[in-house]
Amino acid sequence: MGLRRMVYVIIKELSPSADEVIIVTSSLMKDMTSKTDMYRANAIRVLCRITDGTLLTQIERYLKQAIVDKNPVVASAALVSGIHLLQTNPEIVKRWSNEVQEAVQSRAALVQFHALALLHQIRQNDRLAVNKLVSSLTRGSVRSPLAQCLLIRYTSQVIRESTNDTQTGDRPFYDFLEGCLRHKAEMVIFEAARAITELNGVTSRELTPAITVLQLFLSSSKPVLRFAAVRTLNKVAMSHPTAVTNCNIDMESLISDQNRSIATLAITTLLKTGNESSVDRLMKQITNFMSDIADEFKIVVVDAIRSLCLKFPLKHRSLMNFLSNILREEGGFEYKKAIVDSIVILIRDIPEAKESGLLHLCEFIEDCEFTYLSTQILHFLGIEGPKTSDPSKYIRYIYNRVHLENATVRAGAVSTLAKFGAMVDGLKPRIFVLLRRCLFDNDDEVRDRATLYLNTLGGDGAVVETDEGVKEFLFGSLDVPLVNLENSLKNYDPSEKAFDINSVPKDVKIQPLAEKKATSKKPTGLGAPPPGPPSTVDAYEKLLSSIPEFASFGKLFKSSAPVELTEAETEYAVNVVKHIFDGHVVFQYNCSNTIPEQLLENVTVIVDASEAEEFAEVYSKPLRQLPYDSPGQTFVAFEKPEGVSAVGKFSNMLRFIVKEVDPSTGEVEDDGVEDEYQLEDLELVAADYMLKVGVSNFRNAWESMGVDFEHVDEYGLGPRDSLAEAVNAVINLLGMQPCEGTEVVPPNSRSHTCLLSGVYIGNVKVLVRLQFGLDGPKDVAMKLAVRSEDETVSDAIHEIVASG
Amino acid sequence: ELCPTIKNILLLDSEGKRIAVKYYSDDWPTNAAKEAFEKAVFTKTQKTNARTEAEITMFDNYIVVYKFVQDLHFFVTGGENENEIILATVLQGFFDAVGLLLRGTEDKKEALENLDLILLCLDEIVDGGIILETDANVIAGKVDSHSMDAGAPLSEQTITQALATAREHLTRSLLK
Repeated sequence: MGLRRMVYVIIKELSPSADEVIIVTSSLMKDMTSKTDMYRANAIRVLCRITDGTLLTQIERYLKQAIVDKNPVVASAALVSGIHLLQTNPEIVKRWSNEVQEAVQSRAALVQFHALALLHQIRQNDRLAVNKLVSSLTRGSVRSPLAQCLLIRYTSQVIRESTNDTQTGDRPFYDFLEGCLRHKAEMVIFEAARAITELNGVTSRELTPAITVLQLFLSSSKPVLRFAAVRTLNKVAMSHPTAVTNCNIDMESLISDQNRSIATLAITTLLKTGNESSVDRLMKQITNFMSDIADEFKIVVVDAIRSLCLKFPLKHRSLMNFLSNILREEGGFEYKKAIVDSIVILIRDIPEAKESGLLHLCEFIEDCEFTYLSTQILHFLGIEGPKTSDPSKYIRYIYNRVHLENATVRAGAVSTLAKFGAMVDGLKPRIFVLLRRCLFDNDDEVRDRATLYLNTLGGDGAVVETDEGVKEFLFGSLDVPLVNLENSLKNYDPSEKAFDINSVPKDVKIQPLAEKKATSKKPTGLGAPPPGPPSTVDAYEKLLSSIPEFASFGKLFKSSAPVELTEAETEYAVNVVKHIFDGHVVFQYNCSNTIPEQLLENVTVIVDASEAEEFAEVYSKPLRQLPYDSPGQTFVAFEKPEGVSAVGKFSNMLRFIVKEVDPSTGEVEDDGVEDEYQLEDLELVAADYMLKVGVSNFRNAWESMGVDFEHVDEYGLGPRDSLAEAVNAVINLLGMQPCEGTEVVPPNSRSHTCLLSGVYIGNVKVLVRLQFGLDGPKDVAMKLAVRSEDETVSDAIHEIVASG
Repeated sequence: ELCPTIKNILLLDSEGKRIAVKYYSDDWPTNAAKEAFEKAVFTKTQKTNARTEAEITMFDNYIVVYKFVQDLHFFVTGGENENEIILATVLQGFFDAVGLLLRGTEDKKEALENLDLILLCLDEIVDGGIILETDANVIAGKVDSHSMDAGAPLSEQTITQALATAREHLTRSLLK
């Protein structure tokens, strides 16, 4: 009866707990063994939704029977319920393995699909079992497209996890994936193509068949296929732009696609794969296109244009013109902000674009409706304008703002004028005149600022050198984090004692460097790159640049992974991150105090660098307080000869003042005792100066690098455990990225070629070709060929191996 | 998890109001959140023509495939990494099954009068986010087999009457 079914649906919707529906469960349990298949199937689904552990054991017998029932609807119902139950009662569901295994062999298409899903979930922690499952099914028969898609996903997982083991040279199961590209069902073809594009370190050769298939989808009449294909190709274009260029013609016709999502994806892909000559043509097409799409798509395109400009800096004129034109058209705040941000980045990174870029921005603020943008641009002008060859031409634009705009913008303009006056001595007289006029402004802030700057710039407008202190005032940044300053000011009680800015704590609370969950709701937009590895580099850069003493070290080249300096389960846990700059290294010691009864103060690390002669300590930043369970950092910076990859061993001693704490009240004793704690030594090795950067096509890169700075030599590595062990040892010694899966050594081989790539300090690209051979039973011989952009680097690589 | 997951299936009318919806994910915990999503997805797709072929769009990190017929708007939503073609297959199954169940008259009035069939249909396509069936004939068959029973076929009763009868049934069996 249909009524019964409706009741089932409603029970599921209400999801009462098992004790609330004890009356209904008996009726449902009767239905579970009823002759009518539909009742059985649906009763199972309802029961499993409302069941608890005890009830489940009672009905387990029936569920196991249902899984292997002849009727596919019943079997599917039980299997799907099993998948849900795995979340709450995994031990019970795992007992059904045998039945589920049998169901995987079912001839009914969807039963196999559901059984496969359940079996994989049951076994997912057992890598070997998953491997076996995938192996048997890729050879067996899979009866539904959905099951095939599942299998493709599991296969990809197995491939991902197997590159760590030493397996066959050619990627395992690749042939299976490639074969799926010829399946009847479109969902399978697409799933396989996508899986191939997402393989780790995929080569152009592996990509080709997948891209061919996706290219066909681009011209399908079904929007879903076009969208799926163009979205996947867009992602591929980020890492392998050359592989996608064949599709450019099809992409260009998609620019006019009815579906605006497809059109935008097509444009951003073309922007990534385009070469320098096609840029002008693309710009023309995009100009027409921009008026058709909504703001959110426009922002995506703007970001892509910026990346394109950074890739082809010579094209900055036409791209900058394009950005400036769209800036003048209609658009919302976010959109215009994106354009302004892009122009600012281009000005900063492409020196030739600075003058025209600044002018474009000036023209924009003449007519800008958003105060935020105007002030941001004025601030930027203040920093960049004075450095140009003819700063005076910007003065007119800035001063006009003082006349024509609202108070906020006027105040910003006054500050900018002052900056020009401070940096460009020749302009001082004119600036003084302008600032004096600002003294009569309506708004207090504007008048105050004008007065302040007139006084600090000093003099009477003569053309004199500005005092360093004044420059520091105008341009320098606050020594303390704003948040702390705000808090201190709030806590300050107005009294006889003036507010002391030195009392503001300078420590920044470090955010835990957690990876953003994939389910985060922050919109990434259409063309955004997939979330990559956690941006620890950015976090470290921010952290280090917030410490004023390190600000002069320049750009951070590389930060190592944390190295433990204490054993597990010790009172104080310390690990160190080695930050490498051009002429300095900074050791960041992350410390944790695991003793609730102690509070450590003034924590520093005393470093003995006697076995690292090329290093001289320049600064040590102590950690003021290290309470229980609240990790903190202390830093020690060393100077080293620039451009040299100096190595050495550093022994470390943790020194601090320890104060007793009453854990129940949190009270701290006043007196403390000085103490020391020995840490393990840390080593700075050559591999620390090497960044692991892969290349997708090693051969092309090798050829284009040229032989000018090639250095080839042969080494005997002596007796080794195995060829694979020798290969791994050298890879770790050099710290470079293995390419095209060449770190995997086939078992029982007597020789192996390994391709490595990386970037050495000084931003030198390095490529290494290693040829290993077994010389006799255990001895390994190695031929090392290095190509790089710098002779000294090539030699350095050989040095590393020779001494390693 | 690697299993293809459906986040929701929506059937809205030509003004964006609900006819039948089912959510399979916690991404929209309150009714207000659900209605906001429905409004957003409806507004975004309103002006497009999704009558001949299924259309597709992406927003808020979700992929939505949709198809319209007369004044009925069908939507299926998945996560941003889902296989779009699988979503389209589910959409097609739902779309065609409803067509079969409404016996060719695919408009809002007919849908509301057969709401129970549509709800059962939704129940037979996806269970807790996992795809149960994609073939429209099979889906419609599973739904129809219940209404071909003794007594007035369900399509003649409205949902409230059906619930009333069901409640009566339940009480009777409790008192046994």
